[in-house]
Amino acid sequence: MIPVAFDYHRPRTLEEAVDILRQYGDEAKVLAGGHSLIPALKLRLAAPKVVVDISRLPGLSEVRRSGSGLSIGAGVTHHQLMVDPLIAKLCPLIARTAPEIGDVQVRNLGTLVGSICHADPAADWPAPLLALEAQVVIVGPEGERTLHINEFIEGMLTTRLAGHEIVREVVIPRAYPASCAYKKIRQSASGFAIAGVAVQLEKKNRKCSSIAIGVTGVAQRAFRARLIEKSLQGAELDEKTIAQAARQVTEEVNDFLSDLHASAAYRAALAQVLVQRAVLAALAA
Amino acid sequence: MPMPRSTPSLSKKLAISVTVNGGEVRREVEPRLLLLHFLRDELGLTGTHCGCETSICGACTVFLDGRAVKSCTLLAAQADRRQITTIEGLAAPAHQPGSSGKLHPVQEGFWECHGLQCGFCTPGMIISAAQLLERAPNPSEEEIRRGLEGNLCRCTGYQHIVEAVRYAARKLGGG
Ligand SMILES: Cc1cc2nc3c(=O)[nH]c(=O)nc-3n(C[C@H](O)[C@H](O)[C@H](O)COP(=O)(O)OP(=O)(O)OC[C@H]3O[C@@H](n4cnc5c(N)ncnc54)[C@H](O)[C@@H]3O)c2cc1C
Ligand code: FES
Ligand code: FES
Repeated sequence: MIPVAFDYHRPRTLEEAVDILRQYGDEAKVLAGGHSLIPALKLRLAAPKVVVDISRLPGLSEVRRSGSGLSIGAGVTHHQLMVDPLIAKLCPLIARTAPEIGDVQVRNLGTLVGSICHADPAADWPAPLLALEAQVVIVGPEGERTLHINEFIEGMLTTRLAGHEIVREVVIPRAYPASCAYKKIRQSASGFAIAGVAVQLEKKNRKCSSIAIGVTGVAQRAFRARLIEKSLQGAELDEKTIAQAARQVTEEVNDFLSDLHASAAYRAALAQVLVQRAVLAALAA
Repeated sequence: MPMPRSTPSLSKKLAISVTVNGGEVRREVEPRLLLLHFLRDELGLTGTHCGCETSICGACTVFLDGRAVKSCTLLAAQADRRQITTIEGLAAPAHQPGSSGKLHPVQEGFWECHGLQCGFCTPGMIISAAQLLERAPNPSEEEIRRGLEGNLCRCTGYQHIVEAVRYAARKLGGG
């Protein structure tokens, strides 16, 4: 398990990092927590000439307030998101998702931003980030641009990121209340999601006044369950109503994944069950 | 799929300086060298085991600046100017609360509670358990099992490992 030879750079500033990427283009790879990149290097699925380590860039390893919401820097690890007080207060869905990722060692190094850049269809973060309407802030030689998470993730292992661009941070545009949950079925060796559902909702007079449902693991890419959301919007959230709405998950997308871990039909069934569990858990939270 | 490359597989060696078990080590390494192999092959610290080399088993777990990490999933270059503690360095600080000065309380727990059989998983298991007790001094059984999720054991069935961690928690004054 020896990666191809590459040169290693650890730039001191983001500008310097962008400059190296501009020079090498697609022959360079950004390294954050390394927990997707290094396995890929070892299998020689990735064979860059240059690895650019951004994990120690100043100012990127923190969670900050940003307007009425918050910003998660590219160096922020899954573990930090489990324990950060600002996250717990302003965005509990993120705090509840983080402990579901991998294991302790993976969470100690892996980053949220690295995860969305890798865009594994079985990754957990896309589900809550879709539900929270996250914005991805990208810097490149031509300056800065921002994409909604839904546009950023293109498909399986692909994003809208160009080879010379770096994601600086993910912004959650506003604060969210405690009525939220993330439920998943893990692939037992790696912990990745065979199916995962994130729910963020609000209630008024026992009725659901807003609901956002992000689903990951089951299709080519994570998606918002818009049909289910529409059925639950304005409804009283009793078990029967939720169960009925959850059935529509099979109509949300037409590219359910089938692999050695689970068939497409089984994934759809899991997604349906997890939508119910996550909505009920969000109500109870 | 693997990409054929036009350039020969040689890269510039990199000078790194790592504090390993309290002592500074300077070496020139290939950037692609994994921390695991740096520790075992360059420094002869073979207490850190190579189980799967695919980030799953946790036998290679060491502390990087106090965080338990899988050294097979880290470049030696990433440890440059940082602190590594391996199983060989865990026992040393005699000032550790509850320490006899010989073994770390978690090591003592594994000894006392029969927390190992073949011992292959043990160094990594002990580092992860030490991390767990730093973060949750009085863990429940559930928390212990979750805290050790990244470490696999083919022998013990985990029960004695859980007891070893409980022993250490009591020793450290948490449980
Ligand atoms: C054993 C194991 C179990 C895991 N279990 C889970 C799980 O249960 N759920 C889950 O969601 N994930 C899981 N993961 C993946 C883990 O969460 C990774 O940490 C994550 O996918 C990638 O983050 P990273 O910081 O390690 O990124 P890296 O590996 O450093 O980078 C990943 C990719 O993104 C690019 N990249 C990284 N940061 C940036 C940036 N700021 N700008 C531009 N490009 C960037 C890199 O070039 C690379 O292509 C697991 C990984 C392992 C090894
Ligand atoms: S050898 Fe590193 S996790 Fe198995
Ligand atoms: S004691 Fe043999 S693998 Fe754990």
